[in-house]
Amino acid sequence: MSDFFMGYKGKAQEILKKYNVRVWSEAKIDTTRGTFQGIVLPRSENDDAYHIVLKLITGYNVGIAVETIQNMVGNGYKKANYKIPEREFPVSKDKKNIKLFGTGGTIASRLDYRTGAVIPAFSPGELYGAVPELADICNLSTDKLFAVFSENMGPAQYKVLAKAIGDEIKRGIDGIVIGHGTDTMHHTAAALSFMVQNPPVPIVLVGSQRSSDRPSSDAALNLIHATKTAADSDIAEVMVCMFGSTSDEYGLLHRGTRVRKMHSSYRSAFRTIGDIPIAKVNRDEIVPLRHDYKHRRKDRDVLVTPVFEERISLIYYYPNMNPDIIESIIDMRYKGIVISGTGLGHINKPLYPAIKRAAEKGVAVYMTVQTLWGYVNMFVYDTGRDLMSIGIIPAENMLPEVAYIKLGWALGQTSDLEKVKEIMLTPICDDITEREPYNGYLVYQGGIPEVEEFIKNFHK
Amino acid sequence: MKNSKDFEIHHFYQNYLESQNRVGYKPRNKTTKIDYEKIGFMSGLEVHQQLKTEKKLFCNCPAGIFQKDGQYDAELVRHMRPTLSELGEYDGTALMEFKTKKTIYYRVAHITTCTYDVDDTPPFKLNRQAFKIALEITRLLKSFVVGELHIARKQYLDGSIPTGFQRTGIMGIEGFLPIRNKKLKIIQISIEEDSCREISDIGHTRIYKTDRLGMPLVEIVTYPEMKMPNEVVETAQYIRFLTHSTGHVRTGIGSAREDVNVSVRGGARVEIKGVAKISRIADLTHNEAFRQVSLLEIRKDLLERISDLKNWKIEHKILNGHQVEKLIKEANGLLKKGHKIVVANLPMFRGILSFFNQPGRMFSDEISDRLKVIACLERPNMLHSEQWDVDLNELFDLVRKKLDAKNEDAQILFLSPLEDIATALETIEERCKMAFEDIPVPNETRKSFANGTTMFERVLPGADRMYPDTDTVPIAICQKFIDEVDKELPKGVDIRLAQFIKWKVPKDAYIYLLSKNLVPLMERIINDFNYNPKFLSTLIAHRLKHIQGQIKSASQFDFDKLYDVCGFVKKECLHREIISFMLPIVYEFPYMDPESVLREINFKKHDHEAIFSLIPILIEKFNQITNSKNPDASFRWMMKELKPMAIGNISMTELAKVIRKELINE
Ligand SMILES: [Zn+2]
Repeated sequence: MSDFFMGYKGKAQEILKKYNVRVWSEAKIDTTRGTFQGIVLPRSENDDAYHIVLKLITGYNVGIAVETIQNMVGNGYKKANYKIPEREFPVSKDKKNIKLFGTGGTIASRLDYRTGAVIPAFSPGELYGAVPELADICNLSTDKLFAVFSENMGPAQYKVLAKAIGDEIKRGIDGIVIGHGTDTMHHTAAALSFMVQNPPVPIVLVGSQRSSDRPSSDAALNLIHATKTAADSDIAEVMVCMFGSTSDEYGLLHRGTRVRKMHSSYRSAFRTIGDIPIAKVNRDEIVPLRHDYKHRRKDRDVLVTPVFEERISLIYYYPNMNPDIIESIIDMRYKGIVISGTGLGHINKPLYPAIKRAAEKGVAVYMTVQTLWGYVNMFVYDTGRDLMSIGIIPAENMLPEVAYIKLGWALGQTSDLEKVKEIMLTPICDDITEREPYNGYLVYQGGIPEVEEFIKNFHK
Repeated sequence: MKNSKDFEIHHFYQNYLESQNRVGYKPRNKTTKIDYEKIGFMSGLEVHQQLKTEKKLFCNCPAGIFQKDGQYDAELVRHMRPTLSELGEYDGTALMEFKTKKTIYYRVAHITTCTYDVDDTPPFKLNRQAFKIALEITRLLKSFVVGELHIARKQYLDGSIPTGFQRTGIMGIEGFLPIRNKKLKIIQISIEEDSCREISDIGHTRIYKTDRLGMPLVEIVTYPEMKMPNEVVETAQYIRFLTHSTGHVRTGIGSAREDVNVSVRGGARVEIKGVAKISRIADLTHNEAFRQVSLLEIRKDLLERISDLKNWKIEHKILNGHQVEKLIKEANGLLKKGHKIVVANLPMFRGILSFFNQPGRMFSDEISDRLKVIACLERPNMLHSEQWDVDLNELFDLVRKKLDAKNEDAQILFLSPLEDIATALETIEERCKMAFEDIPVPNETRKSFANGTTMFERVLPGADRMYPDTDTVPIAICQKFIDEVDKELPKGVDIRLAQFIKWKVPKDAYIYLLSKNLVPLMERIINDFNYNPKFLSTLIAHRLKHIQGQIKSASQFDFDKLYDVCGFVKKECLHREIISFMLPIVYEFPYMDPESVLREINFKKHDHEAIFSLIPILIEKFNQITNSKNPDASFRWMMKELKPMAIGNISMTELAKVIRKELINE
């Protein structure tokens, strides 16, 4: 029955029932404003209970106010048949075998009427139908590990993903691509950098900032770049592959521990922070921007450590922060706290006793900077030294989210805080770097003539 | 040899003229209502009217600020990729556009464009000002207002919108517009965002600017019920009157654009896009109708000639060598570096390529258009065996030999980069095959030219390109809001026209007064100062319009100045005829006070007696300078002499009466 009135509730459902008109039927509705004819569509569950949605013959949808309806006649039944044209993915011996893991992001997709959201399409055949260029790049197989939105990705998924990657590598795969929602892609990238170390093949996370149900989507090109990287690049690291500029021109390969989403909606939202990306990629080639990356290997010696302590927290410090926040974290038996502090890594004095208590209770407390760029340096001011003496450990230039993931991973391996400290402060895949190169910090300021000249001449 | 060449030239030109006859093509002014009835002419309109809002429809960029082609701050690149429609199918146009593989460049100016416009930020809330104006127009068209506005995404893969779709939604359906003695029926009214303006489109590169992008529009779609070109023009005119009567729409060049649908009996709906001048619609629809008739005639010929339609196909060869290159160079220098010379044989197509299509165009142009648009081959992009403008006999003799062609075949030669050859050949074959389909008129949109002809633009998109917009929520249109809009609704065009007839406004003044929405102003002047409506209508629609053509105003002319001038003349007890003489100054210097305007035209106050007292003196003077006994001549001379002094002080009619009386007395 619910299928008959998909998404309709309250008054709207009542009136459909009254006139015995179901979703997907061809309806003629007389209202005080005139007569409307069309197919009754399901209604998004978040929309109100006072309108019926009709698809007119012209292809447009309109809402009819229930209170204006005088009569309604329903006829027939024409359910939309969403299908991404599916064609068998061609396999060729001279192409690399690539595995695409799905986590729920939208690589290719169709619409879900109830929520108005897009549903991903995923099988190799569906992908081939949507992005036929993939067949020129690799032999593709896919595996949908979970179907969760980016914000619902968490430690449980990191572990499953890490194990699955390990298994694929042991089976001899040439490269791995992970389709991922973009919001927390950098968290997952960090987690995989720690959990899957020394991989012999590229591991590429990819997503899209514009869903693939729109013609201007970056999804297809991102996927092309990612599979190209997985198949042909010599870079055996965990990377994020997303647009380098808003233009359909090239993607950037960011190291999984140094990448961050820096815009809520821009195509080129992902940026390497405090360093430069590993390489540039387009349809035809991968151009390294640095040469200190780990190279592709024949062996299968990968180290998978799929552990995570979930009772840790990441706190964004603000002036006037009350110590009760820290106190309650301690009382709730959390095992670790990463603080994103101001400037070089500061918090206000009233928090000190709480921090001290945390250290005494065996909670690991690490300091990062909310400026994102630059190192924590707690020696510059006395206050910093005080903080260190009461137990806060500076996490160098580790990004706050990366420190959070690393702390969970470290505490997953041991509860010995000395060992945790050793793990935390030993650089893995550049989560901490020895130096910040001169071009590692570039946030150009618009309006300045030379910057304007630059954005006019190069695609931003 | 020379004779045979002449014969060939003669032959295909003759064919063109004969086919024009067969089609029954005549210039529009010689075509009657009965002629249009015979071919089953049908036309409908989609009018796009920009709304006068401060900001764009879905973002907070200013609306109505335009950049020159070279003015931009940044550039970005996109490719459009077809996606599935809501009902699960790919759209025909979408696939064609994908085939063309265009790289789209957007030239962005910071002042007119934000990250929303280039699809890097989701939409903001729908502009309320635009929403209200759209509802106002929907109410004026007496449509059924929808209960809830749902924004849809209408796919455009030509790149004219960086998202690849236009956000658009239905405000109302099934309206009507009363014109003269019938009702013009409306299918729907929608609110939507405007597209980019094209800078250029060459080869695989298309460049747009984003200033106009996102400005709010209403689209008004009529039923295809117009039976002859003039009726379409009239309809467009009426819709313009209606939208302008709100005072809330943009005016001026490019602010209203019409898409015109045309079909004939046996033909198909073809859409002529973006006609900016209403007056052009007449020739465009006329020519399109006969283009369709010509395609129907071609089909008849082909069906007679070709028995196995299913297996009809073109043959092609890639030519090279010194001889062919030399001959092409002699013909028109089409040769380009890196381009291959491709020739194709079209079996049984002799006489079809030179068949009349539109004035100055033949069937071969249909193919050439598509080669440009779909295969991205710039024009001139081909030569063919039925041209008479250049001597191609030797070249095509060679081509025929290479292709093993028969006498009843036709041949095309084109030059193309290697990677575009396949698409080009497909395009040629596809267009030829369409010529013998059951309906031989392809569903397409066409671009218009000032001379009344059109060219292929793209395949006509279907309902398959509609998607619900997942970034916006439906907006309820409640009765309270409708009532609020109704309170401020201007009078309908039908009421205005009735008023004109009562006022005895000359017909040629209608368009100006309605399209500039000047009737409310006239009403105020008539009510407040008791002016004669007919005088006022000609003062505005003839005199002022004429002045506008002659003089440049210092700023955008505010028609309210007329109210002030009329009031001043009334207050000063001057005769209304003085206004005609004041107007050029008022128009050029809108901020000048009326007294100064009078000084500027050398006006002085004289009472009637003072003017009349000059008449006897002038009669004497006239008799001294001429022997003419023609009473009319002396009358005219005297009017001319007295006019500068009399104007504004006395009515010219009264002055004439007095002069005539004096002349008779004399
Ligand atoms: Zn904007």
